[in-house]
Amino acid sequence: MLSAAVFTIGVFGFLTRRNIIIMFLSIELMLNAVNISLVSFSHFLQDMRGEVLVFFIITVAAAEAAIGLAIIIALFRNKTTANVDEMNEMKG
Amino acid sequence: MLPKLFFGYFAVVITVLSLLVVTRRNPVHSVMWMLLLFFNLASMYLFLNAEFIAAIQVIVYAGAILVLFLFVVLLLNLREELQTDRFVGSWPAGLVIALALLVSLGFAVSSFVPGMSGKYTIDYIQKETFTKVLGQVLYTEYLFPFEIASLILLVSIIGAIVLAKKRTGS
Repeated sequence: MLSAAVFTIGVFGFLTRRNIIIMFLSIELMLNAVNISLVSFSHFLQDMRGEVLVFFIITVAAAEAAIGLAIIIALFRNKTTANVDEMNEMKG
Repeated sequence: MLPKLFFGYFAVVITVLSLLVVTRRNPVHSVMWMLLLFFNLASMYLFLNAEFIAAIQVIVYAGAILVLFLFVVLLLNLREELQTDRFVGSWPAGLVIALALLVSLGFAVSSFVPGMSGKYTIDYIQKETFTKVLGQVLYTEYLFPFEIASLILLVSIIGAIVLAKKRTGS
């Protein structure tokens, strides 16, 4: 239940915040919510697979944070804003 | 009784902290609340008998990823950010979607049936220590995914350098 609540807050933050950095933090929040559920399932089902998966998720989260922040820096260099409403170049 | 009390404490604190993270106006404050949230998560992992995951949580998330976030927040200027609206115009739609998701996840959790339990009982893990057991599983059964994870890290290093590099010449 806790995991579901944290995941929902993450989704809410991602959908509603204007600042791209907070959207990114919300993605990390969702990943952490999944980690909570995996660790608790693997604790209560007495299996190691959940924890191995958490290990991989943390690895991927680190990679994703590095790439995403590099993209944010590149975007900011071109647009000088962290506001997602102003990034509408690809509008059809 | 005591475990329930501990879990209740962590549940309340983690929920409140994550709400604080997504609602603060200043990104630096958000990152700081996130730091506190990660420490709480790490202590909850300790409580769930996963010492290595707790250590990784503190070192990788709190130590590396959040410092990266702070650097980027400091690289971008915040002055105009503090004046603008926090949420996008259509935030009630996002709230409705999130609440619908919460309800459906609640139904899913309430209909959960525990499967058969594995061979790594709590006594076994406490006897062998968690890190040793995790290492044994990781380097035998999950060796190939482990190698793929290292490849992902390499790709992300190269990708981050390429993306953040200033265009020179043409």
